[in-house]
Amino acid sequence: MNTPKTPEFAHIGRSVIIKGELSGSEDLYVDGQVEGTIELQGNILIIGPNGQVRANVNAKGVVVEGKLDGNIRATERAALKKSAIAVGDIVTQRVSIEDGAYFKGRVDIQREGAKVETKSTAAPAAGTIASSGVAASAGSGSSAGSAGNTPVTEPKKF
Amino acid sequence: MASVANSFMKLFRGSSADPGQATGPAQGGQRLSRRSSGLAELARLLASEESLCVLDLGSTSPNNIRYLTERGHKIYSEDLLVASTDPSLVTKDEQGNLILDSKKFLADNLVYPAAQFDIVLCWNLPDYMDESLVKPVVGRVWSMLKPGGMLLAFFHTKDAGPDAPCYRYHIVGTDTLEMRHIEARREVRKGPSGVVHTAVGGGFRLQRVFNNRHIENLFRDFASIKFFLARDNVREVLVVR
Repeated sequence: MNTPKTPEFAHIGRSVIIKGELSGSEDLYVDGQVEGTIELQGNILIIGPNGQVRANVNAKGVVVEGKLDGNIRATERAALKKSAIAVGDIVTQRVSIEDGAYFKGRVDIQREGAKVETKSTAAPAAGTIASSGVAASAGSGSSAGSAGNTPVTEPKKF
Repeated sequence: MASVANSFMKLFRGSSADPGQATGPAQGGQRLSRRSSGLAELARLLASEESLCVLDLGSTSPNNIRYLTERGHKIYSEDLLVASTDPSLVTKDEQGNLILDSKKFLADNLVYPAAQFDIVLCWNLPDYMDESLVKPVVGRVWSMLKPGGMLLAFFHTKDAGPDAPCYRYHIVGTDTLEMRHIEARREVRKGPSGVVHTAVGGGFRLQRVFNNRHIENLFRDFASIKFFLARDNVREVLVVR
């Protein structure tokens, strides 16, 4: 899928590297590298084909075309496109996975009525900036544990 | 508002695990349907009210995820065949022969608490996985299964021939599977651990043919084993821990 043409999407381009916590209240397209957490409650996150995200993500909808190493909590939908490589758990109401996508983890479908909890999957870092746009706060950027050795039933730490 | 909702929905188009939605076209592969007696046995367990924990070791399947989550079960997916092609697993034994490092493989894969799963779907994994990984994987699966938990695996008979195609299995009914040939994929792609996978290039080849005694030995730590003979030169095996 090409970069969305809608002006509502904030973009993180393929040459951008962010370590820390991303939060905001608008849709976000990530085609670069993000390590930390992504909080977009009520909005959509798209990880583009060049995107490499090592983060627990929390959004209304999550679309993965690139690489995601982290848990997904999507209040409405999560979609893994055929080019997706996703390692982590998915908790959502609806999930779609295209043939060819690589997925390693647990799928937990929360039916409507049993709303997906939207609380953060990681403790917020001090100095987090949340604004009407998408904000990034610098974190240590260090990772704890590897994807393969982290039990998939527990939140991943980044 | 309607246009925003429409563009939102566009993002999620494709094959879907949503109830009532049709799956997308196969990835260039043919679709075959087969009746599965092993799956029919499992279906009785899956029809229970209790929420079960299921591990699917085949290719990521939206059908399987839909089928199981619709019934209130939890599904874990882990494509071990692709994981076994990780080049970083290649090492040398004492004689200098190239082998796969089973310890590293088990450190990176099948990392779950003991007795977590009620059902493990192995499909045709033992037939196509490298010899050195089969026994360690079965041993790990044994420890991950709950006592009384079930494992479903398929084994080719020798009549299938060495070129028996490798399929991914999608559950489409209580006793029906849709099989899609895993197509040769020439592109090189990065795997979950960040290393490059290339071994899918020629498709997966049948590594060996297990006879009944081999299969019984492979699952000798399990409490019981049941064979189902099928017409397509495949034996379905349902084992109980």
